[in-house]
Amino acid sequence: MLRYIMRRSMVAVPTLIVISFILFFILDLAPGDPTSNVPLTVPAEVRERMREAQGFNDPFLLQWLKWCRLMFINEPINLFESITSTCFGECEARDRIISWSSRSPALDTIYERLPQTLWVLGLGTLFGTLIAIPVGIISAYKQYSVFDNVGTFVTMLGFSLPVYFTGLLAIVVFSVKLDWFPSFYDTTHDVQLTSWSSIWIQIKQLIMPVTILTLFQASSLARFTRASALDNLNQEYVRTARSKGLSESKVINVHVMRNSLIPVVTLLALTIPGIIGGAILTETVFRINGIGQLLITSIRNGDVPMVQTITFFSAFLVVVFNLIADALYGLLDPRIRYD
Amino acid sequence: MTDLANSPEAIDAPDELPEHRSLRSDVWRQFRRHRGAILGLVLLTIIFLAVFLGPILLPYDPFENNVPDRNLGPTWKHLMGTDNLGRDVFSRVLTGGRVSIAVGIAAMLFQVILGTTIGVLAGFFKRLDGPLMRLTDVFLSIPQLPLLLLVVVLFREPVTDRFGQNLGIFLLVVFIIGITNWMQTARIVRGDVLAIKEEEFVLAARSIGTSGLRIVTRHILPNVLSPVTVAASLGVASAIITESALSFLGLGFPADFPTWGRLLFDAKDLITSQPARVIWPGAMISACVLCVTFIGDGLRDALDPKLRSKG
Repeated sequence: MLRYIMRRSMVAVPTLIVISFILFFILDLAPGDPTSNVPLTVPAEVRERMREAQGFNDPFLLQWLKWCRLMFINEPINLFESITSTCFGECEARDRIISWSSRSPALDTIYERLPQTLWVLGLGTLFGTLIAIPVGIISAYKQYSVFDNVGTFVTMLGFSLPVYFTGLLAIVVFSVKLDWFPSFYDTTHDVQLTSWSSIWIQIKQLIMPVTILTLFQASSLARFTRASALDNLNQEYVRTARSKGLSESKVINVHVMRNSLIPVVTLLALTIPGIIGGAILTETVFRINGIGQLLITSIRNGDVPMVQTITFFSAFLVVVFNLIADALYGLLDPRIRYD
Repeated sequence: MTDLANSPEAIDAPDELPEHRSLRSDVWRQFRRHRGAILGLVLLTIIFLAVFLGPILLPYDPFENNVPDRNLGPTWKHLMGTDNLGRDVFSRVLTGGRVSIAVGIAAMLFQVILGTTIGVLAGFFKRLDGPLMRLTDVFLSIPQLPLLLLVVVLFREPVTDRFGQNLGIFLLVVFIIGITNWMQTARIVRGDVLAIKEEEFVLAARSIGTSGLRIVTRHILPNVLSPVTVAASLGVASAIITESALSFLGLGFPADFPTWGRLLFDAKDLITSQPARVIWPGAMISACVLCVTFIGDGLRDALDPKLRSKG
């Protein structure tokens, strides 16, 4: 098992390097002057010196290698130091990726914004998965029943309605008309675990964004679980399990469920890029100041290092989730491990 | 039973000959069984007609301001009311649909052609398989929306300078949606090509000296057509959603150019005063995508020989 995970990780690292290269390449191809935000009163030769000092005149490959050094060596060390409050060598003077607009390390801002995004994204994915698996299995078990038909229709809806529309619709109904939930997410709200009213405010503002993402995530997963469970229900081993006298709940919950979940786990990993996109849109709709909103504002401000870091960071999340899915895949299906 | 002598194999067949069935009629027969797909096809045809004929027939110019009539509610004169500059919302929604649907179809064509080409190359030529599939994996790991936003912002000016404001954005959006969505098609096609390559008819074709290109176009492509059709229909849906998402974030087509996502973007700040303006374009996007998804579902059932033989 360990060897299998190691082998998968060996694939993940080159993938990340290639992605960082592609991102860099796109930014390099793009016309645009990194000093365009500098006031016009600054003379041209000063401007040129600024470009020189920030390394914009270096050859493309050198710039990319420099960025890689910052991203893959300096930033992890820095993160480790700030978690363990230690210091290796010149920890104050170490180069970091600097945002053009805030002039502070880009990853610090990302760490600040990350909790909000992870709350919404994580809860949405968690609830979505928890709902989708039983719904998919029951739909397959009772194929063409009322439950199956209603379930198929609802998942079709959730699959087809874009989150920016369902989100706005939820705001129109539940915030504007009924006034049940706040229409935007208040990040300054400091959750006190000792006070129920404080926790309740947090829950109230999380309900709508999380529900929207849950619906989005549950739909595609439930459809896939259903298809996968249908495949398994007709297999010989299910007949064997039944004919040796196992109870129906055991046949479904142990035999069919476990085998149906194998492809679902892969799909879960494949949907992560989509969920990140969904989170960006959900954050825009509900005005949550998470990573997604940071990305949009940085793009509007032309803050290239920030945009680059966020895009790379989301690619990193995708690759990590792929690795987790691979590990789960190996855990669920022994055949994969020895391949 | 009059022409028995003309058909020797019908001698021990039942009383009447089975009617002739072509693949196309079989597919259509199965497709008709799928109630959702038929409903989707009808509704989608109506949307298409409305979107492409509506703006010609309607008396209002979707771009012309008419400030005295601004912010009207729905009346018989203005079915969906007017916006804050007095433009007829119904005409704008229909005009916006043209762009959304055009982007959907163009991006679908692009991604299907790209995906099929890469899938066939990877499946047919063993040497290309490894590198191309690694490339597919890398593209699958790139989060689409951030990349899309990045490229649109960076390349907006040079592309619009060369091709003009609207056409430039159109090409850019189609290109980038296509380039981030071809992977599923490529994977499916590659899998199918790998299986078909081993079939005897390919061997037969090869043994009479058919060239590789001809084997691909004559024998392999027709056999991967059905999974590609399904992928294509789902591709239209996702392209429409993505284009609208881009416009919804305010980074798509220019402000005075209505698309469904742009109308949604303009309306979202008026959500408390005029909630209906959010609902119209959103409902159009959803209806369109829902129809296409149902059609895709019906096609999948209809093109699956296992399901069809039961019917």
